[in-house]
Amino acid sequence: MKFRAEIDIMPLKALLDPQGKAVSASMGNVGLTEITNVRIGKHITLEVDADNKEVANTKVTEACTKLLANQIMEGFEFTLEEA
Amino acid sequence: MKFGVVVFPGSNCDMDMVYVLESIMKQEVVKLWHKDTNLQNCDFIILPGGFSFGDYLRSGAIANYSPIMEKLVEHANNGGYVMGICNGFQILCESGLLPGALLHNTNHKFICKNIHLTAITKNTLVTNQYSDNAVKIPIAHGEGRYHADEETLQELITNEQILFKYSDENGNITEEANPNGSLLNIAGVCNKNRNVFGMMPHPERAADAELNNADGKILFDSILNIVLS
Repeated sequence: MKFRAEIDIMPLKALLDPQGKAVSASMGNVGLTEITNVRIGKHITLEVDADNKEVANTKVTEACTKLLANQIMEGFEFTLEEA
Repeated sequence: MKFGVVVFPGSNCDMDMVYVLESIMKQEVVKLWHKDTNLQNCDFIILPGGFSFGDYLRSGAIANYSPIMEKLVEHANNGGYVMGICNGFQILCESGLLPGALLHNTNHKFICKNIHLTAITKNTLVTNQYSDNAVKIPIAHGEGRYHADEETLQELITNEQILFKYSDENGNITEEANPNGSLLNIAGVCNKNRNVFGMMPHPERAADAELNNADGKILFDSILNIVLS
């Protein structure tokens, strides 16, 4: 079976996100002063071959912890659907 | 002493490093391709600066899984010397051989300029010839903001693993002298066993008196001072 993962990787909340901060500051320039606390991460999609969803979940978790995210600076979450 | 300089796709400080080791320090040097799995009996492996794999995903993240890295980790775990400069430091942090991580600079800019550093511990292979005076060495990075959790920072202090801190030219470690927002002004660290080293500044770009600044040469002098004695 093939599964599709939608992965979000975000800088840890405790860390300064300079990119998000710069975008937050520019919200005022487009007249949206109500918008604050912009934080910017990555969205990754991938497909994984696995016998069932549980195995796919394990494989995607491994991909995130080994390569896609660095847990010293980032957190990750994902959804998994049959492709 | 035989040095090996690892070349990844996107490395761009490899030849500077080879030049300093070979022409200035008069040592044997070989270049090692990232797909090699033979370290050619090198005593000291250097991961140079650059943009390995275009800095895709995160700086150093993809290089960390190049074939040579397995042998490099083995070399380090057997007590062999390893040093990473700039992108090399990022790769060593990704590999877990060095603690912490390098984040985007606080000002989100690529910073390329001379800065000042002060050696914090002189009890290492690479810092033993430094004095308490600040030295001038260039940096060139977009992701150099050193980060580690509180517990790791405490260990770095307790075990005297902080090699260099960003300082002003008089050696004062101040917020103004911190170019990238690194925690505790940290510019370089070593591992607990003191055989793996990493730093963001480029000593190899300041090791030839002809270039009007040889402050970086002290690092290479430190290595040879221990090894040749």
